[in-house]
Amino acid sequence: MISNEIIAIPVAEYHDRMQQLRNEGYDFLESLTGMDWGDSLGVVCHLESTTTGAHIVVKTATEDREHPELPTVSDIWKAAELNEREVYGFFGVRFVGHPDMRRLFLREDWVGYPLRKDYDASPEVNPVRMTNEETLDSTPTYQLNADGKLEEKVNVIFEDGEYVINIGPQHPATHGVLRFRVSLEGEIIKKLDVNCGYIHRGIEKMCESLTYPQTLALTDRLDYLAAMHNRHALCMCIEQAAGIEVSDRVQYIRTIMDELQRIDSHLLFFSCLCMDLGALTAFFYGFRDREKILDIFEGTCGGRLILNYNTIGGVQADIAPDFVRKVKEFIAYLRPQLKEYHDVFTNNVIARQRLTGVGVLSREDAISFGATGATGRAAGWACDVRKRMPYGVYDRVDFREVLFTEGDCFARYMVRMEEIEESMRIIEQLIDNIPEGPYQTKTKPVIRIPEGSYYAAVEASRGEFGVFIESRGDKSPYRMKFRSTGLPLVSAIGTIARGAKIADLIAIGGTLDYVVPDIDR
Amino acid sequence: MFDFSIVTQWFHALLLSFLPEGVAVFLECVIIGLFLLLLYALLACALIFMERKVCAAYQCRLGPNRVGPWGIFQVFADVLKMLTKEIIEIRHADRLLYNLAPYIVVVASVLAFSCLPINKGMEILDFHVGVFFMMAASSIGVVGILLAGWSSNNKYSLIGAMRSGAQMISYELSIGLSIMTVVMLTDTMQFSQIVERQADCWFIFKGHIPALIAFVIYLIAGNAETNRGPFDLPEAESELTAGYHTEYSGMHFGLFYVAEFVNMFIVAGMAATIFLGGWMPFHIPGLDGFNAVMDYIPGFVWFFAKAFFVVFLLMWIKWTFPRLRVDQILHLEWKYLVPIGLVNMLLMAVIVVFNWHF
Repeated sequence: MISNEIIAIPVAEYHDRMQQLRNEGYDFLESLTGMDWGDSLGVVCHLESTTTGAHIVVKTATEDREHPELPTVSDIWKAAELNEREVYGFFGVRFVGHPDMRRLFLREDWVGYPLRKDYDASPEVNPVRMTNEETLDSTPTYQLNADGKLEEKVNVIFEDGEYVINIGPQHPATHGVLRFRVSLEGEIIKKLDVNCGYIHRGIEKMCESLTYPQTLALTDRLDYLAAMHNRHALCMCIEQAAGIEVSDRVQYIRTIMDELQRIDSHLLFFSCLCMDLGALTAFFYGFRDREKILDIFEGTCGGRLILNYNTIGGVQADIAPDFVRKVKEFIAYLRPQLKEYHDVFTNNVIARQRLTGVGVLSREDAISFGATGATGRAAGWACDVRKRMPYGVYDRVDFREVLFTEGDCFARYMVRMEEIEESMRIIEQLIDNIPEGPYQTKTKPVIRIPEGSYYAAVEASRGEFGVFIESRGDKSPYRMKFRSTGLPLVSAIGTIARGAKIADLIAIGGTLDYVVPDIDR
Repeated sequence: MFDFSIVTQWFHALLLSFLPEGVAVFLECVIIGLFLLLLYALLACALIFMERKVCAAYQCRLGPNRVGPWGIFQVFADVLKMLTKEIIEIRHADRLLYNLAPYIVVVASVLAFSCLPINKGMEILDFHVGVFFMMAASSIGVVGILLAGWSSNNKYSLIGAMRSGAQMISYELSIGLSIMTVVMLTDTMQFSQIVERQADCWFIFKGHIPALIAFVIYLIAGNAETNRGPFDLPEAESELTAGYHTEYSGMHFGLFYVAEFVNMFIVAGMAATIFLGGWMPFHIPGLDGFNAVMDYIPGFVWFFAKAFFVVFLLMWIKWTFPRLRVDQILHLEWKYLVPIGLVNMLLMAVIVVFNWHF
């Protein structure tokens, strides 16, 4: 459980204090949230030490709203790189020393900063533009010069003569509308530039005008392969903040559902990776078996992809009468299928060659980028939230945190394949012991959260999914931030893919297994 | 064994009875050309249908099953659709080369296709250096692919074309080596003669170990020649969207598509001719009764059965394996297949010299 206390740091000391914290062992920047404090703008940083497990939350504020400037921490944690660009785009905070101050999600000609409280959302200000946004090969950057003055410089991303190809936004292997610009030398990748925001829906902004129960509807639409996890995290955060107790039955159901969702996601990962690598038959095997999980979900939740299951204080409906039987049947069915997957794909010599030793991400880089989930565990970083900060009933079940040390594509693949087995073990331990009890705790008709800030995290299908709520005691949040599981993965891809071949980029993208609606929230 | 040359000679005599020789030969050429193109198109349809059904079976699906019984008219419907689609002219493309490329590919594959001896007396192009001609003709295809990639003015196409060039030119070497290995055994490069020499025993049995090695190398290299999985990286859809034919639409794309399938058949037909006896029935030396029964099955049935068997093998491979990477493909060729092929050729030479074959 993360303490909700926030240490305020004045802006002048911000960079030095952050560096100091980094030296003290806080090497994992969990989340960096932009904030509109009213009279000033600022950021909230959640830090964690991967050695001691200690947490610290730090906030800072700019001096004024007209010229909001903060020193960058992207030189301390690489995870800050894209997060600070996001904050720049939404709050207009310029990060001094950041090498790349483009907006991450918005068009360059966007007027205003949408997540500021005084933002003018009228359509006249930002009409639907009928012109193409020109992609620039250079980026502004703000640096302090010798006499302490701010100076705008230009960083060149791609030189004029470089052979740059677009991979995405419409491309079969980007798994959605993500766009890479890749500079090639023959088949070898020299540089990679990520362009996000094609399906950004402004969910965080929308949440600010919704009541807490209403915000639940949006989380399923983030990472749709971790719909259960996302909503679990949000419900948990609200429950902890509002002091709502949930019954044991709900905890059991939520845990089982989370694990089913994880299997679902990993099966889809297997299928898509196979398809990306050209093994089209294995793709169908994975989808065939995933269908069975969706049927189980449908029986209980009514939905197959958008599940709308968790609610504040419980779940939407009790489990279906045949749920337990179907889950047991499914697990009995999946075990031999997994062996088939290994026969048809894992042990194939070509698959091995395509994955082994390709796209290595070191443990240090994984932590620095905040690349949690299977990506981090493949690099040897024990980053499983289920073990780090147990929630649900994970402290009562016996399961292994799958760890590899190679950090290559094959390790990432194997982590997920073995996690399917661990998930099945967890479900087996729980499925027969679901205690009796109410599936929904009675809550007040209007849920208000006491003033303060709250953070809760779950282990979603592809890493730590966190929810950060800043409340002013209202029935809707003052600021709600979702820690994306995919954004750190995408920010790391430039480092991982450098020097690899185009075909490797596809394998790397496949094994990182990002989901775009989760990156573009 | 029924000799089809009886029919052709009778027809030739018939035409000569009322036409001058020049006109008669011209008429025969036209008829043969039409027959060839018709067979080419029908074969392509049959192969596409087979591919869809075979891959559906591997993937636990049904495949096309709505248009006609078992969906057999699905492919014809698709061809009709393809024919009616607009051929999109793209800007900044080299117009002439862009439009020419698909025809080069098809012409190359028709030329190679016409070398296949379908039945006894049914060889269309059959001369002393048939093997050479076939290989030369099929190599023209890579020019079409390179032109397509280059003239499209698309970066994906260009990468696809460069990959394809590297891959096809490399693997041509292995194909050549494995065919040469068998030619050593046959003493001839004429396809009709190659088949005739397998009357007692197919070359894959006659040449035993080296022939078997050559057959496997030929299958791998042939698969690579036709740009099919696991060697389909010139058009790797998850990397290059569609590789060299990304910018093609309508029947121009259709020509690439048809040529790919018939090329697969050519590779399979060549394997059948050179290693599996072509139209020659399956004979077991000594069992005269059995051999006589086998002789009742017409030659073209034997040929198509063997060719489609090899096609099935190729499809099996395609729908099972993931795709290789470009450097792995070249490693496989230059570090493994070529040296093995060379040693294998030497081995075959030794066997031929010492008369150790059957």
